[in-house]
Amino acid sequence: MLPSVEQIWGVFILEDYNTRVVILGVMALGVAAGLVGTFLLLRKRALTADALSHATLPGITVAFMVMVAFGMQGKSMLGLMTGAFVFGCIGVLLILGIRRTTKLKDDAAIGIVLSVLFGLGLCLLRLATEMPSGNAAGLNGFIFGKAASMVASDTKVIASVALCTGFIVATLRKEFTALCFDENFGAVQGWPILRLDIVLMSLVAIVTVIALQSVGLVLAVAMLIVPAASARYWCTKIGSLLVVSAIIGCLGGWLGGVVSALVPRMPTGPVIVLVCGGWFIISFIFGPVNGIVARQWRIWRLNRRVAMQHILRAMYEVSSQREACDFESILKCRSWSRAKVKKLLSRLRKEKYATKTKDHWALTTSGAREAVRVVRNHRLWEVYLINYADIAPNHVDRDADMIEHVLGSSMVQKLEALLGSDKIPSSPHPLGVSS
Amino acid sequence: MSWSPIDTWICIIAILCAAACALPGCILVLRRMSLMGDAISHTVLPGIAIAFLVTGSREPTAMLIGAVIIGLLTAFLVQAIETIGRIETGAAIGIVFTVLFAIGLVLMRQAVDHVDIDPDCVLYGAVEFAYFDQVTIGSLSIPRAAIVNGVALLTNAAIILIFYKEFKITSFDPALARTQGILPNKMHYLLMTMTAATAVAAFETVGSILVIAMLIVPAATAYLLTDKYGAMFVLAIFIAIIAAIGGHISAVIIPPIFGFSGTSTAGAMAVVVGFLFLLAWLFSPKQGIAATAIRRIRVQQDIIRENILGLLWRLEDRRQEKNSVSFENVLRSSRRSINVALRQLQKLGCVYYDNARWQLTESGREQASLIIRSHRLWETYLDKHFPQDTHQLHQSAERLEHITTPQMQSRLGDAEIDPHGSEVPPSIDS
Repeated sequence: MLPSVEQIWGVFILEDYNTRVVILGVMALGVAAGLVGTFLLLRKRALTADALSHATLPGITVAFMVMVAFGMQGKSMLGLMTGAFVFGCIGVLLILGIRRTTKLKDDAAIGIVLSVLFGLGLCLLRLATEMPSGNAAGLNGFIFGKAASMVASDTKVIASVALCTGFIVATLRKEFTALCFDENFGAVQGWPILRLDIVLMSLVAIVTVIALQSVGLVLAVAMLIVPAASARYWCTKIGSLLVVSAIIGCLGGWLGGVVSALVPRMPTGPVIVLVCGGWFIISFIFGPVNGIVARQWRIWRLNRRVAMQHILRAMYEVSSQREACDFESILKCRSWSRAKVKKLLSRLRKEKYATKTKDHWALTTSGAREAVRVVRNHRLWEVYLINYADIAPNHVDRDADMIEHVLGSSMVQKLEALLGSDKIPSSPHPLGVSS
Repeated sequence: MSWSPIDTWICIIAILCAAACALPGCILVLRRMSLMGDAISHTVLPGIAIAFLVTGSREPTAMLIGAVIIGLLTAFLVQAIETIGRIETGAAIGIVFTVLFAIGLVLMRQAVDHVDIDPDCVLYGAVEFAYFDQVTIGSLSIPRAAIVNGVALLTNAAIILIFYKEFKITSFDPALARTQGILPNKMHYLLMTMTAATAVAAFETVGSILVIAMLIVPAATAYLLTDKYGAMFVLAIFIAIIAAIGGHISAVIIPPIFGFSGTSTAGAMAVVVGFLFLLAWLFSPKQGIAATAIRRIRVQQDIIRENILGLLWRLEDRRQEKNSVSFENVLRSSRRSINVALRQLQKLGCVYYDNARWQLTESGREQASLIIRSHRLWETYLDKHFPQDTHQLHQSAERLEHITTPQMQSRLGDAEIDPHGSEVPPSIDS
């Protein structure tokens, strides 16, 4: 039962009023969470936020019970949010307290606060449903989120919080960066590190609280960390991290909202988290910074270059010892397979570094030039190790074998100046037996 | 509220469940991997949901297998994202478990027509109704949950007894374990399997999130109470049992006092175990906040007493007959703690009050001269080896004099004049 094109288009242009309220709300939430989440992640407090969001449950129920007891409307959003915020902060303080005054580490402190306060929340929730006045039935909507219950005023609250968050983050960007990367530097600059930390954690608490209604408290932490973690695979500068993370959060909210509006029985919160999760997987695989593909590509390129340099050096060494440079003698230079040598030789021929006449291989002019460069790097390093690091001549080959590929021209110049040589030094050990 | 056989059975089930969780929890806490327990107990949900969708029934074996597979997948993904993706552990855990949990929620919502599983049960568990799901063994009729959790408890106990040493070594010194031929990674995945299986067993009883309370909190409480590896397991089980009984009792007895009919047993178990943790945090004999504070106050009092002795000795030495100095200003301590210290010194026979001023007795003078000797020897020593200005010299010696043992003193040399030009009092023997 696929939705019709008109339906899809209607959702895309936010035709329906209710859909518009929900989708704009979660988009604003995505932006705010993306911004704050970036710093949360850099500060290595990802799971503290998880404990914070679980700790809001008793806050919500206590606020509800207090409001009902005083004869007010129990579901006043502002009251519930205040309760959630207060308990969230208590949760964070408890974690810090346990960590500072016991031998337990962060992980246990987070687990304890998270589970015990959540348990307290469940107990109170059960009691709240029995309260004579007030209707607590909707309260457990905060656990898994209930985006459908959002109204225009909620979206306005979320949007203004997002705006404020953006403003604070933009103003305190430099200070937060110092807080995350080098607290001591910030302290030396005379910045109030403790107060900045409190501001940051309060922002986290506020974003968590506004995420409760749409995403739910179990998954609220995902909105904070998943977009920020995905952004890490696309850029390295803090400014671009913030922008990318906010965009990913925003797109996650939009796409999640659209999907859950179109497909029946798709709860909005989990779908948004899944969309963000999808973004993370894409970033993890294809991101240019540390993404799997990018990393494999770099490794592959390096391996290829190293192999080429190895075979060039092998050919140079063989041909400097005897006239004929045939396949078998190249094969004996290193412990490499027949197939590999064949492949490398054919690549040499393709790049016009070597030519083949009958069974004999010969370096072309450009091949010889490259080979000389590599051999020279290799032997300069060998001589250097022997002279300056006191390593025995028959032990230097392996070290030089690794370093020859990464010696830059400035390094080579330094070595030349140090060793006073501008020719190729002769090999300090017998050739052709190196492994 | 009257106690019925049902309540007894609820207690038994809760005890078995809590004890089964506490065992792997101890190792998790020791390895600082509590949050992997958190992650795995969340990802039990998608495991169960997938098992439902595949088999279309509430077949317990299928549920167990599904949850264990997803649990291991969680552990694997966290490790992969952490090492390959270069993201810190906490964030990796957060990403994996939220995404998997979201999958579980969506699947459950999609499958709502085919199977009866409801999100509330995921949270609360159903220990209150567990009694009604009975199985008959021979002539006995026992709730299924009791058997499930009992088996989990026995299995966990057996695994921990068999791999007692291996877990110990890999938890405290993975490098040593490797040299002994124990693979830390193997133990890691064994622990993860155990946690996932326990979480499934406990899932129906206490719900997915409160499993974390039962895994981590008893173990963390035990960790605060003991330094011994073996004792930690025993204590954790003991705490889990108290939490289970206390949880159910407070769930059925406390709310009626305020006019409610009762609350969730699982939630109350978490609260009670949290309360036990709070007690241990405050009053643990060695590491509790109270014990630490008492120790600190004692040391402070020791130092104030020694400072008073030193001050009186100096006054006597300078022959200031008029004892006009006020202790608070010179010693920079509160009047109250100085009064307490003076009374203690009086009781010890070191000082007496006469002529409207405090004076040293003979034994007091002896002790005081030792302190002054330490102080001045330190000044001499520091001046010789770490030249600094005289005020700093005094400050450093002021701290060191309180922790100088007689052996230490004898090795500080036998100078007779300190850098300020004052005489060093002789040691007692000479």
